[in-house]
Formats: sequence, C-alpha cells, structure tokens
Amino acid sequence: MSQANNEAVLAADEAENREFLVFSLGEEEYAIDILKVQEIRGYENVTRIANAPDFIKGVTNLRGVIVPIVDLRIKFHLDNVEYGGQTVVIVVNVADRVVGIVVDGVSDVMTLNPEQIKPAPEFGVTLSSDFLSGLGSLDDRMLVLVDIDKLLTSEEMALVDSTSNR
Amino acid sequence: MDIADFFDTFFEEAEELLADMEQHLLELNVDNPDIEQLNAIFRAAHSIKGGAGTFGFSVLQKTTHILENLLDHARKGELVLRAELVDTFLEAKDIMHEQLDAYRNEEAPNQEAYERICQVLQQIALEEIGQTLDAPVEAAAPAPVVQAEEPAKASAGQNQLIVALLNVVEKERTLLVEELEQLGDVQSQSGDEKCYEVILSGDVSADDIEAVMCFIIEPEQIEIRVASGAPATAQEEAKSTPPPAPVTPEPATPEPEAARPPAEAKKAPDSSTKSKKAAAESSSIRVSVDKVDQIINLVGELIITQSMLDQTVSDLDDQSVGNSSLQNGMSLLQRNARDLQEAVMSIRMIPMEFVFSRFPRVVRDTAGKLGKEIELVTEGKSTELDKSLVERITDPLTHLVRNSLDHGIEMPDKREALGKPRMGKLVLSARHQGGNILIEVRDDGAGMDRERLLTKARENGLSVSDTMSDEDVYQLIFAPGFSTAEAVTDVSGRGVGMDVVKRNIQGMGGRVEIQSKKGEGTNTRIVLPLTLAILDGMSIKVGGETFILPLSTVLESLQPTKDEMYAMAGDDVVLKVRDEYLPVIAVHEVLDVENAITDPTQSIAVIVQGEGRRYAMLVDELVGQQQVVVKNLEDNYRKVPGISAATILGDGSVALILDITGLHRLSRVKKEASKVINNQPISLYKEAEPS
Repeated sequence: MSQANNEAVLAADEAENREFLVFSLGEEEYAIDILKVQEIRGYENVTRIANAPDFIKGVTNLRGVIVPIVDLRIKFHLDNVEYGGQTVVIVVNVADRVVGIVVDGVSDVMTLNPEQIKPAPEFGVTLSSDFLSGLGSLDDRMLVLVDIDKLLTSEEMALVDSTSNR
Repeated sequence: MDIADFFDTFFEEAEELLADMEQHLLELNVDNPDIEQLNAIFRAAHSIKGGAGTFGFSVLQKTTHILENLLDHARKGELVLRAELVDTFLEAKDIMHEQLDAYRNEEAPNQEAYERICQVLQQIALEEIGQTLDAPVEAAAPAPVVQAEEPAKASAGQNQLIVALLNVVEKERTLLVEELEQLGDVQSQSGDEKCYEVILSGDVSADDIEAVMCFIIEPEQIEIRVASGAPATAQEEAKSTPPPAPVTPEPATPEPEAARPPAEAKKAPDSSTKSKKAAAESSSIRVSVDKVDQIINLVGELIITQSMLDQTVSDLDDQSVGNSSLQNGMSLLQRNARDLQEAVMSIRMIPMEFVFSRFPRVVRDTAGKLGKEIELVTEGKSTELDKSLVERITDPLTHLVRNSLDHGIEMPDKREALGKPRMGKLVLSARHQGGNILIEVRDDGAGMDRERLLTKARENGLSVSDTMSDEDVYQLIFAPGFSTAEAVTDVSGRGVGMDVVKRNIQGMGGRVEIQSKKGEGTNTRIVLPLTLAILDGMSIKVGGETFILPLSTVLESLQPTKDEMYAMAGDDVVLKVRDEYLPVIAVHEVLDVENAITDPTQSIAVIVQGEGRRYAMLVDELVGQQQVVVKNLEDNYRKVPGISAATILGDGSVALILDITGLHRLSRVKKEASKVINNQPISLYKEAEPS
C-alpha cells in the first residue's frame, strides 16, 4: 500500500483502522491485533513442563518473568515443526497475562480498514471460527485474523486455570 | 489523586501516630514523667484530632479531643500521672484505633465504647483536676484559662480572626483564601507576598484554620490573631484553648463537613502529605511493594546478564592487552551488580522492631491480668526481615509470649520461695544465623516438666515412649489440643493455638525448637528464612533437566540397593530405610523425563519430608545447594501438579521447584489412570469439549 493511499485511508476513517502484526504458520498468513503484542524474540531456553499438552512447550525467562510458550504450529497441526535460529516467539499480553507464541516467521505490520475485514466463514475443526475475528483481504493476500484473547484464554489451550475463573 | 488515596494517607499516618503514642505511654515513667515524652504524646493526639476533623470523622475527633485535653493538663503538670491513668489512656488509644478501623471499613464506630471512654476520661478530669467538662458528648475540656486568652474563647462562637499568611506565593494564597471561604466569611483581604492578611468571621477556631492550612503550607507561615485586637498569642495557646463548642460546626451540621473534604483534597494534592511530613520525617518515602518487586526482578535479570557476559569474557583468549582491561571492567561490574542486588533486596527488609514494639503492651496487659511481675527485654531490634514475614510472624510470636507469661513464669511469691527474683524476665531476641533469622522467646520461669508432658500426652492418647529425646517431648506441646496448664485461664491454656503456631511457622518455611530446663526456664527458638522470595534449594538433575527441591524438605540421600526395594501390590514400590518403608517416587516417571536413569540402583534416593510424611525420591544426580529466587508460575500460566513454583538459574534458564506431596499425589493419579486406560499416556488436563 502506498504512502499516499495509506494516508488517505487514515484521514477517511482513522478510528476504524486497525493495525495487525502478520505472521506465518506454514504456508498461511495469520494476523493479530498489534496492540496485544509486547515484543518479538527468538526461541531459546524453554523449560519443559511435564504433563502439559504438547503444544505448550514450557516456560521461559523473560527478564525475570516466567512466561509460558505455546507453539501454534503444533496446535494447528502443521507438519513441519522445527526449532532453529529463525524460529520466532511473539510475546503477547492477554487477560493480564504474558504468553509467548511460537510461529514460523513474522513478516509485516498491516493497516486494515473495516472494508478489508470480512467475516470469517464457519471453519474446520482445527481452528474454531470462535477464535477468529475475521479474514483480512489485502490485494491478493488473505490474512486470517486471530482473536488472540479468545484463543489463549480458551479452555482447550489449557493456559489458564479453569478453577481460578470460577 | 482521588479522595480515597487521601483517606488512606490519613489512616496510615493516624495509625503510625497511635503506635507512637502507645510506645511513649508505655515508656512513660509515671513518677517522673519526661516532659518531652508527654509533649510527643500530646502532639500525636493533636495531629490525629486535626486530621479526623478535616475528614469528618467526628467520633474519632471528639474522643481524641478529650484525651488531648487531659494530656495537655498532664504535660503542664496540672494532672499528676498514675499508672491507672496511663492504663486509661492506653485504653482510649485502643478505642481510637477501633474507631479508625471502623472509619477505614466505612462502618460507624462503636458508639457504646465511645461514650464509655468519654465518661471515663471526663471522670478523670473531674477527679484529678477538679474540673467538670461541659456536656459529655459536646466534649470540650475547659482549659485553665488565662485572662489574656479569654476573648478568643468567649468569642469563638462568632468571632473575627485575622489570618496572616507569611511568605506565601500567590498561587498558594488563592488556594488558601478559597479554603478560608469555606470555613467562614472572608470580610476582607489585603497585603503582599510577605504578609497577606485575611479577616475571617464565623464560627471557626484558630485550630481549624491551622489544620486546614497545614495541608498547603507550613504552620510557621500562618499567624492567627483575634480581630478585636486582643492578641491570641501564638498558635500554641490557641491550640490549648479549644472553644466550648468543640472544634468547628460539624456536630450540628454534619453534611457540610462531610462535603468539604473532597474539595480540600482535590485542591491540595500531594503537597499535604509532603508539607506535613516534611517537618516530621523527610527521610523516608512510601513506595508500593509492586514497584520494589519490579526493581528486584530487574536487578535479578541484570545479575544473570552480567554472569553471561562474564562467561563470554573468561572464554576469550586473554593474551592481548585489551582483554585485561576488559576483564578488570568485568570484575568491577560484577562487584557493583552484587552490591546493587543486595541494596535492592534490603528495601523489602524491615527491622524486627516493628514486631517487637507491640510486646511491651502485650506483656504489660497480660502480666497485669495474671498478677505477675515481668521485665521484658528485647534484643536485636534492628535485625531485618522480609516485610511479608514480619507481618506473618506477629501472631505466632504473641502466642508464644503469652504462653511463656502464663505457663512459664511463676507467680512472684512462688519465685521468691524458690530463691528467684520476684520479677520474672522475658527476653525477646532476634538475630541472623547463616541464611536464617533466629527469633527467641526466653523466660526464666519454671521450665518444662518432661514427666508431666509425657503423662499428659498419654492422657490425650498420643503415642509416646519414655525413651523419647527431650526435644521430641517438648515438641508435644505443639500437638493439637495439648495443654498442661492446671487451670484454663483467660490468657492461655485451652490448648488451642500452639499447634496453629507451629503450622504458621512451618507455612513460612521455618521451624520451632524448644530448649528447656526444669526450674530454670524455657527457650523457644523460631528459625525462619530471611525472605519468602528466596528459598534454600537443592538442585537435582533428572535426565537433562534441572529441578529444585526445597532444602527444608530434604532429610538425607542414599544409593538404594536391590534388597532394599520392595514391590507392592500394583506398581507401587517402597524403599526400606532403617526399619521404615518409604513410598518411592520416581521423578522421571512422574514428570515424563526422557533419557533419565531408569534403574533405581543406579540412581540416588533423596529422602524427603512433606506434610509430615516421608518419601524416597529417585533422581539421577544431586547438583548442589543454592539459594533461588521463587517465581510464581500462576501469574502467567497455571498451577502445575507436582510443581510449587519456578526459579531462574544462573544461566538464565527456568528451573521448576518440586512440590513433594503434590508429586506423590501425581504419581498415584498417573498410576491409577494408566491402569484404567491401558497404559495410554494421559493428559492431566481436562480435555475440552468441542463447543
């Protein structure tokens, strides 16, 4: 999107425009609200937690704070799950918690206006459409907009004590 | 800053003032009172009264007011102090504290207690100084009135006061004048920055004006004169001659009074606390614990970064000249970082004095009730302890002290007969010992009677034997429902509590030991870790993973042999250690660790104790002891079965702290579950229903 174009959009409807952080999982592109993102860092030094679901890789030390790390690639049943120097952890703030999510890569920060956000269709089993805030279309790209709040606090992620909320 | 913060500041300050007052009252020598101390008590009462009035806490204000008047007489030598009077003052202080709590909880203070204490205090005024106070509830003591002050008092109902503001900048002046307008009618105002005079008429006393102004400026900057020309002398006299209608109109018109504080509060933000404090104690600030914890965390990170750098530097080829200066820099950095860490940790530490300072009162009251004579000695008041521990140690310690007074120290006559001094001695001491703090409650009383404890234990159906060590016998007093007191007294002897004491102390990661000698006294020792945030840990390795065991749970470690392992029904295995069969917990099984040693005879059995039970834990390797900083897992994650918390190791990685009983429970659950579902690995988390 060109600068001029961008500004025009901003001027037209500033309040409604939202910025998203775009990341890739396998071949697909996903995006989350950038305001939820605290930082992006490499994947290292994760201590395994016994008896936790496989997509919870464990906990790591983020400047003195113990942060759980979730691998969305495992959660979304991607075939190729590798950990290397390029593996990226997006540290997000949801529900007063800090959680790290492992993704294949981070590509962009995108501004979407409401017209570019389409309602999400009823989806398959892996990712319930409850956890999506919509689909973003940008030229010929399609972004899956993830409602990271709902996803990470959901019971199936097993990140939050279900008893603590009752 | 909203009004609630403002209230909080008042409550905190009032609490400190009450504590001060109590301390001074207790230290007061009734036969020869120290005038400075009396002044200090008076000032505390005065400040509370002022604050209470401003915030519209009229009951507290009136109670304080009467007390203040009596204290004023006392400091002027018109009221001869006696021990009973001091007791009454202490009682009044307690009631004020209750009232304060009531206001804090937004409840109405206890009217009955209030009326009673007013009555008592007025009675004292009547008997001791020969003066009646006005109406009991109106509650103003007539000061011995000097002629010159008469006008101020007489005209208090509707007088004209000249309020002179000295060296006040214009901005503050505007605020002050607004305040004055709320108190009464401002007739005229004039002057310059040096001296600005406001003539105020209305039903208001010099006291009140000062109290309100103090939120904005220093008391020295205010001068209040009666407009009639009769000099109301300085504020000091103005203070001591409260008008008959007790300070300001709030008894008659409670609503305007209640409506006033918010306005004041908003106009005088922070400056109120600052200016008030500036005089008394400018050497400390209040900081929320969260902020301190954040600093501690950051410093911890700094230390880890520093040790990583250190590692890198020491790996360098150190032949070149540049490297040696780099290494010098590194060692300097290391020293500074450690100093910084120590300094930061010390912020959370507060001296034991905070705990000990309440005991003179406890001892005095208890001894009085029991008719005993006790001398209290405190040692090591400056020993520092983590704030959260200080808060939690107070109750158990009070219990131990009461117990010592009740059961330990004998009645004066009996002591004399035994050739001991009539006055019993109770020593409270605190000191550091290694990484722990040692708190002792020591008395020179009767000591514990081994035989009686054993007899009593048998009566209570506890299993005891005559061969038990003294230490074990003394520990019997911590058994639930155990009491050897011949008579149940108001103070102690119901047997409820000592078990709670022990539980509380264990809950803090500490332990209690008793040393006693019959006829000579008892010494109860509490050993506590310095802080809850730091744990003495034993790091162990299982597979490639490092875990931390709380050192306090570790009893011993040994290499198990085949003969000592017995299989039980099912998969359970027990280990025989000196005639005791201990359930075995194989850590690698419970926590699914890969590449761990699976042959028990090749691993190490650590004998651990949790909640009174012993277990043998199989681990690969003992790494060593270290102090670790305890980090909560639930902040960002959830409770993990078998894990109590986490910590960060020197290399920056996270290690989990094991929870012994949780681990045992987990191993049982896993065994049960694997039987049910054909050895399928199971998740301990509830599978979510597809919704």
